[in-house]
Amino acid sequence: MAIVLDKSHRWRVLAAHAFLIGLILLVIFPFLMILSISLRPGNFAAGSLIPEHISLEHWKLALGISYTAPDGRVVRPEFPVLLWLWNSVKVAALTAVITLSLSTTAAYAFSRMKFRGKQASLAGLMLMQMFPSVLALVAIYAIFDRLGNVFPSVGIDSHASLLLAYSGGIALHVWTIKGYLDTIPIEIEEAAKVDGATPWQAFRLVLLPMAVPILMVVFLLAFIGAIIEYPVASILLHEEAKLTLAVGSKLFLYEQKYLWGDFAAAAILSGLPITVVFILAQKWMISGLTAGGLKG
Amino acid sequence: MNPAPSALKRWSPPVLLAVVLLAALYMVTLVHAAGETLLAGTMLIISALALWVYTSPRTYAYRYLFPGIATALIFVVFPMVYTMSIGFTNYSSKNLLKFPRATQYFLDETYQAEGEPLAFTLHADGREFRVRLEDADAGHAYVSRPVALKNTDLQDLKVEPAEQLKAALGDPVQLKDVIARQPQLKALTAILPDGRMLRMTGLRQFGPVQPLYEKQADGRLLNKQDGSFLLPNFDTGFYETASGERVQPGFQVGVGWANFQRIFTDQAFQQPFIRIFVWTVVFSALTVFFGAALGMFLAVLFNWDALRFKGLYRTLLFLPYAVPGFISILVFKGLFNNNFGEINLILEALFGIRPAWFSDPLLAKVMLLIVNVWLGYPYMMVICMGLIKAIPGDLYEASAVAGAGPLTNFFRITLPLIMKPLTPLLISAFAFNFNNFVLVSLLTGGRPDFLDTSVPAGTTDLLVSYTYRIAFQDSGAQYGLAAAISTVIFAMVAGISLLQMRFTRIARDDKR
Repeated sequence: MAIVLDKSHRWRVLAAHAFLIGLILLVIFPFLMILSISLRPGNFAAGSLIPEHISLEHWKLALGISYTAPDGRVVRPEFPVLLWLWNSVKVAALTAVITLSLSTTAAYAFSRMKFRGKQASLAGLMLMQMFPSVLALVAIYAIFDRLGNVFPSVGIDSHASLLLAYSGGIALHVWTIKGYLDTIPIEIEEAAKVDGATPWQAFRLVLLPMAVPILMVVFLLAFIGAIIEYPVASILLHEEAKLTLAVGSKLFLYEQKYLWGDFAAAAILSGLPITVVFILAQKWMISGLTAGGLKG
Repeated sequence: MNPAPSALKRWSPPVLLAVVLLAALYMVTLVHAAGETLLAGTMLIISALALWVYTSPRTYAYRYLFPGIATALIFVVFPMVYTMSIGFTNYSSKNLLKFPRATQYFLDETYQAEGEPLAFTLHADGREFRVRLEDADAGHAYVSRPVALKNTDLQDLKVEPAEQLKAALGDPVQLKDVIARQPQLKALTAILPDGRMLRMTGLRQFGPVQPLYEKQADGRLLNKQDGSFLLPNFDTGFYETASGERVQPGFQVGVGWANFQRIFTDQAFQQPFIRIFVWTVVFSALTVFFGAALGMFLAVLFNWDALRFKGLYRTLLFLPYAVPGFISILVFKGLFNNNFGEINLILEALFGIRPAWFSDPLLAKVMLLIVNVWLGYPYMMVICMGLIKAIPGDLYEASAVAGAGPLTNFFRITLPLIMKPLTPLLISAFAFNFNNFVLVSLLTGGRPDFLDTSVPAGTTDLLVSYTYRIAFQDSGAQYGLAAAISTVIFAMVAGISLLQMRFTRIARDDKR
C-alpha cells in the first residue's frame, strides 16, 4: 500500500517493537528462569538469572543418577522421572494407535458409505466432545473400580484402564479425518472396485496411502492429548511407579517438601521433547487441516 | 490358483469370529460369576451386537463404524450417563458397597465363642509364612499351607495336623515380625479339621470364633451373641438396630432428588455452591476477555506491513501454547511461591513488597487469571490472525484515503468483521475455562479455603474442582453428591453449547 506516511509513523513502529520485545521478555521469563534454576545448586538458593555457579546435580537426579553433595552425603533421586516419562510415552503411543485405527475406519464409513442415522451420528459425535471427561470422573472411577474387581489388570492403578478411558475420545478425530477423506476424489476407489477390489481393499490399499498426512496429524494430536491429560490419570493412578508425568510432576512441589531445582530439571527434560513434537505437529496440522477443509 | 490359500481365506474369518465369540462368552460367564451382573449384561449385549454387525450383509457400513462408535459409547457416553445416575444415589465412603456385599460383610463378622484358645506361632517358609497352632492339653498341633500375608482381605485358612507335614518347620519368627503382620493375620480364619473356626485373639494365641450374624428368611440379621436383630433400611442405606441406630458399613440405595436438594437448599452446600458458581463465571469471562483482547491486539500488530521481524516475534509469542500445560502451570506455581518464589524475590528487590499469592483470596484469583491469560492468548492470536487475513485489503485502502487512523480502522473495520466468526470460538473458550480443572488443581488446588463454610471449599475453586474435592479429596468420598453437582454442570455446559451452535449457525449463514 503506497500511502503518505506522517511523522508519527516512525514512532509508532518503534513503540510497537518496544512493546513486543517487552511482552516477549515477560512471556519467556518463566522458561529462562526454569533453565537457570535447574543449573543452580540447591533447592532453595536464590540467585541471579545467570547462575554464578553451575551445578548439574538436578540434572543428574532427573536422569536417575545419584549425586554426591559437597559434604559427602549421597543424594538419591527422589522420584523416577524417566520411568514416568516412559509411562507417559507408552500410554500415549498406544492411545494414539488405538484412537487412530478406530477413528479412521469410522471416518471412512462416514465419508464413503450411505447408512441410516449418518447425519445424527455425526452431530452426536460433535456434541459428545463438548462435554469434557472431567465431568464424568466419579463414574470413570466407579467403572474401573468395579471392572478391577473382576479383571485386576484393567482396574484402578493399571495403565490398561487409562488406555481404555482415553480410547473413546475419537469424536474430533473422526471429523478431522472425514473432512480430509471428503477431499479425495471417489473416482480413484471406484476405479479400484472396477478392477475387482472389495470395499475393504479399496479402503486399505487405495485410500489409506493417500490419507497418510492426515493420519500423521491425528496420531500426533492424539499422542499429545494423552501425554498432557491430567484429570483422568490423577484418579486412576496412585502407585508411584505407575504414574504418568502429568500426575507425577506435581509431587515435586509440596509445601512440606519443596524440590524446586529438581523439578526444574525434570520439567525441561520432559517438557522439551513434547514441545518440539507439538510445534512440528502444529505446522502439519495447519497444512493438513486446511488441505482437508478446502471442500469440507 | 493354488487351493490352499483360498481355503484359508474362506475359512479364516468365520473361525476367527467363532474364537473371538467364545472368548467373549467365557469372559461374560467369568464376570457373571464374580457377581457383576450389570457388567456381564452389557458385555453380552455388545458381543451380540458385534456378531450381528459382522455377519449380516445388510450392516456392511456399520462394520467400519462399530469399533469406534462402540468404544466412544462405552467409555465416553456411558460414564456421563452413569455419573448422572450416581447423582441419585447415596454412593459415598459410608455407603460404598452394594447391598449383597454389605450383607456379606456382616455375615463374615465373628465373635469369640466358648472354648480354649490354641497357642500360635508363625513360621517363615521361603517368602511366605505358615501358621502353627498347638493344643497343649490334647497334645495336637496343626500347620497351615504357606500364605503370603500381603493383604488384609478376609480369608479362610485350613490347617492340617502337623504330622502330615513332610518338610521340617523352621524356627518361629520373632514377635516383632508377628506384630508387623498383625493386620494381615487378623484377617485369617483358621479352620481345624473338625470344623472349628479360630481367629487371632492375641499375639500368641488363636481363639475359637463363631459367625456373629445369621441371616433370617425375612432378610433380618440375627445377632447370635445377644439375640438382637439388624433390619436393612432401604431408605437410609444402612442396617439398623431395633432402636433405629445405624450400623456401618452402609450400602448403596437410590435417594431420589436428595442430593440436588442438598445443593440448592441446604445452607452448608448452597452458600459455597453459589459463591463458587459466581467465581467460575467471572473467571471464565475475564480469561476469555483478556486472552482475546491481547491475542487480537497482537494479531492486528502482526498484520501491519511496516513491522519487521514478525516471524520471530510470532514464534516466541506462540511458545506458551506449545509447552505442555501441566509443566507451565507447575512452573508458575513455583515462581509465585510466597517465600522463595522468584517473582516475589524480584518484587521485593524492586518495590519491597512480598504479595502472599497463595494465601490471599484476591491475589490468588489474580494469579490464576495471569497464568491463564498467559496460557490462553496464543490460541486467540492464531485464530484472530487467520480471521484478519480474510478481510479484503481494499477496505483499509479506502479508509486510508478517507484519512482514518489505526484506531478507527480497528473499531470500524477489523473488529466488526471478525467478531461474528469469532463469537462461537469465544463461547467454546468460555466453556473450556468453565471446566478448567487442570489449572486450578495444579496451581492452587482451590485454596485458600473459605473460613465460614462447613464443607471444604476454596475461594479459587471452580465448580469442577469443587466436585473433585468432594469426591476424591478432603470431605470423604461423597460420590453421590459430587455426581449430582456434575449433573448440574452438565446442564450448564449443554446450555453454553446450544448458545455456541446458534452463533456458529449465524456466522455460517452470514458467510453465504
